[in-house]
Amino acid sequence: MDQKVISVKGLTKRFGDFVAVDEISFDVFKGEIFGFLGANGAGKTTAMKMLTGLSKPTSGTGSVAGFEILKQAEKIKKNIGYMSQKFALYDDLTIKENAQFYGGIYGLNRRLIKLKVNQMLESLNLQDSGNKLVHSLPLGWKQRLAFSVAMLHDPPIIFLDEPTGGVDPATRRIFWEKIYAEASNGRTIFVTTHYMDEAEYCNRISMMVAGKMVALDSPKNLKLKYNAKTMNDVFVQIAR
Amino acid sequence: MKTYWAIFKKEVFHIFRDTRTLFILIGMPLAMVFIFGYAVTNEFKNSKIAILDHSKDELSGELIQHILASRHFIIERNINSTDDIDLIFRKGEIKMVVVIPPQFSEHFYSNDHSQIQFIIDGSEPNFANTLNQYATAMIRRFSLSKIGNSGSIPYSIAIEMRMMYNPELKSAYNFLPGTIAMILLLISAMMTSLTIAKEKETGTMEILLVSPVSPFILILGKIGPYAVLSFFNAVLILVMGYYVFDVPIIGSLCLLLLMCALYVLTALSLGVLISAKSDSQQSAMLTSLMTLMLPTMLLSGFIFPVSSMPLLLQYASKIIPATYFIDIIKSIMLRGTGISSIDFPVLVLIGMTLFFLMMSLVLFKSRLE
Amino acid sequence: MRVLYYIIRKEFVQVFRNKAILPMMTILPIVQLIILSYAANNEVKQVNIHINDQDHSHFSRRLIQKIQAVDIFHTTSSSTDHQDGNTALLDGLADIVLNIPPRAEHTLLRTRAIKIQLLVNAINGQAATVGSGYLNQIIIDYNKEIRSELISGILVKPKLSPIDIEYSNWYNPELDYKTFMVPGLLGEIVTVLVMLLTAMNIVREREIGTIEQINVSPIKKWQFIIGKMLPFLVIGMILMIVGLVVGKLLFDIPIRGSIWLVFAFLLISLMAILGMGLLISNFANTQQQAIFIAFFFVLIFILLSGLFTPIESMPLWAQYLTIPNPIAHFVAFMRNVLIKGSEFSDVQYRFMVMGILAIVFNSLAILTYKKTT
Repeated sequence: MDQKVISVKGLTKRFGDFVAVDEISFDVFKGEIFGFLGANGAGKTTAMKMLTGLSKPTSGTGSVAGFEILKQAEKIKKNIGYMSQKFALYDDLTIKENAQFYGGIYGLNRRLIKLKVNQMLESLNLQDSGNKLVHSLPLGWKQRLAFSVAMLHDPPIIFLDEPTGGVDPATRRIFWEKIYAEASNGRTIFVTTHYMDEAEYCNRISMMVAGKMVALDSPKNLKLKYNAKTMNDVFVQIAR
Repeated sequence: MKTYWAIFKKEVFHIFRDTRTLFILIGMPLAMVFIFGYAVTNEFKNSKIAILDHSKDELSGELIQHILASRHFIIERNINSTDDIDLIFRKGEIKMVVVIPPQFSEHFYSNDHSQIQFIIDGSEPNFANTLNQYATAMIRRFSLSKIGNSGSIPYSIAIEMRMMYNPELKSAYNFLPGTIAMILLLISAMMTSLTIAKEKETGTMEILLVSPVSPFILILGKIGPYAVLSFFNAVLILVMGYYVFDVPIIGSLCLLLLMCALYVLTALSLGVLISAKSDSQQSAMLTSLMTLMLPTMLLSGFIFPVSSMPLLLQYASKIIPATYFIDIIKSIMLRGTGISSIDFPVLVLIGMTLFFLMMSLVLFKSRLE
Repeated sequence: MRVLYYIIRKEFVQVFRNKAILPMMTILPIVQLIILSYAANNEVKQVNIHINDQDHSHFSRRLIQKIQAVDIFHTTSSSTDHQDGNTALLDGLADIVLNIPPRAEHTLLRTRAIKIQLLVNAINGQAATVGSGYLNQIIIDYNKEIRSELISGILVKPKLSPIDIEYSNWYNPELDYKTFMVPGLLGEIVTVLVMLLTAMNIVREREIGTIEQINVSPIKKWQFIIGKMLPFLVIGMILMIVGLVVGKLLFDIPIRGSIWLVFAFLLISLMAILGMGLLISNFANTQQQAIFIAFFFVLIFILLSGLFTPIESMPLWAQYLTIPNPIAHFVAFMRNVLIKGSEFSDVQYRFMVMGILAIVFNSLAILTYKKTT
């Protein structure tokens, strides 16, 4: 449990005069569910973009899956999965075609893709719908599908950017059970969210306010420290 | 009135914030005037030709000198056999070969039948025609100068040709009015239909509609800045035409500007009409491209003369407002006619504008109810 | 290689599943080709002429008959007063006013020279030159005819007679405007459609957000670009086949050169054009911006392509501007190969330039495509 898979020191991103992310440092360990919290515009998405190689840091260093984020961004990309805020599967492709495409661009071979796609459809109970256009699925299903597709290539780390936005509570529940299952298999989960009940599920939580990381601990410890009953209260106290 | 200015101002902000689009809105007319004024021209000069001289004698040498001196032609090369003609035509640079027959001098001075042959690449018909005309005129001048003054040929009819309104045959004269029509349409019709469609798409239209602002004030406020912008563009084009390309404004400037204002109104009502019909920017864009921009460019007589089209397309050109607008502008600017000579197109344009205005008001109202 | 296969497969499935694409490849180009080749016609078919005959002689009537016998001349009005002619010109009722002076026949028969005046509305310079040129020719021929009649009557032969001029128009002896326009239009339609479709494609992925998902994957830039290009390469080929068939069946355009040469050049041109479309899409965030930018460039490219007005007539700087313009090369290539039957050695310059353009545009497209923000 103490193998570092993400390690960041003094990571900073400036857009002109505006400091979006201000010298944040933290480590994430293997098999951990790491929650990334903060108000809108606190810098969560920018920080995550730097970790996934979508954005270059202004200063600071860090490594993800053992690779330097400054110089080895393309190697990092092979070892991570990513599910974005926006729904990012192709509406005009079928479920199978989407999965095959994403498997393909991560370099899986044909036999492996076939196997993985079948496994995925089975676990989602979508065996009969593989040839349906993604367009026709309800939102909750689309999100679960996007999550499964992001893990098709078995990445050791997976980044989830507000994965459950706009999803009903029942589906969110199923979603989190799935996250737990993946974490217990040794996969590291890095997740941003607005839902404080979801924050309770995380092993550790970091809180960002105006680009700075102001808190980093387990939900239990945070509640003790801020003398709060729920994570909701903690959030309100920190974010003011 | 206050609400009107609030909306007007908001729209001005929109226009100035989107620098890329603003750049195109100002850059497009400038680029078009420059291209049409300088580059898109049928003016004839420096055409590359080849000479096939079978006789190589004194007179043929003089003829070649004469061709060179005309400055209309550049003799790119001399060839030695008829078989070469196809080879050089296929390369595409040389469009005409002047063939001088053997014993040219002898035949001419013995008053035997002397003949020059032009072989022209006819793949480009108009250019072939023009080449032929210039070359014919040149040979004729040459032979006259050899024969002596024209008085020595009896019974000759001289032709005095006067190119009226555009003595230097500048193409800017022909294209400038059309450019104004295009730009006014682009900004007044296409942009307004796009901005109204955008408000619908993003849902801000509903917010404005639940406010106590009257929907007509709302629409007027939205189109106001575009009216100003397109009128400004029209004046910009006229000024550029006048100072850069010497396109005169012979008729009344007042009448000219009034007509531009009328056409802005026509274009605006078309824009509102299209936006009432379309729910997304994409459909607004496609509709205005297909029903306004393309027909105006192709069928209004802007680039291609209407009289050369088949009858069906000639009828189609009659329902395009720009056809009348271009006609009016050309008459006022270049021929200096007053309102009495152009009363028919003006009346048609006014009628069309009123019709589109009514249509868009009716459609807009029915959508609200 | 395996990665590339999956990218290409996905693009093909997406492009050809789009219901708008089939009509776009068939009906749209056919309709465009038909309308454009009828509308985009600079052929001067009708010249309205006002005849102001102040002579009323056998001589003037014979001339007028000769003019009226020519199809393109329509006598819209006639008068015996100068002022009427000027008004007709001013009101746009006549393109040319022909002034035959009083006592023309009388003067001519006394072997003196007479002068016939043509007032030409020259606002459209080309129509003016062509129309007045025809009229000039008629008068000159008439002059010859009269002279030979009169001279044979009198039997006085001049010392020297003018040089005769004979001409022939190769490749298109009838000077049919459609033979000239259709091959060029074909080139223009294929290039413009392909460029617009490509430019919209990547921007669309950016708008719906799928591009981010691609950017966090280890996919290489060139793999992505090639995947985007191939389907449109195929579309371009289909467009050209459809266009050639329609052009042959409907307009009976000549296909003198090698069809393989056409497709070889098409392949290189499409690469250049696709590179350009991708480049545009890299600079646009929304489909609206992409369309505006593409529209702006396409308009300039078409106007400066020599499609409608000859490149020879442009000023030198504009002629240089046609070098990086793929539409200009494509239009010229199509005309040379289809109408004149040019061979590879005749057009190798265009192959070379287009090849360079393809390399430049695609390199720029790959360089400016950023996987990071």
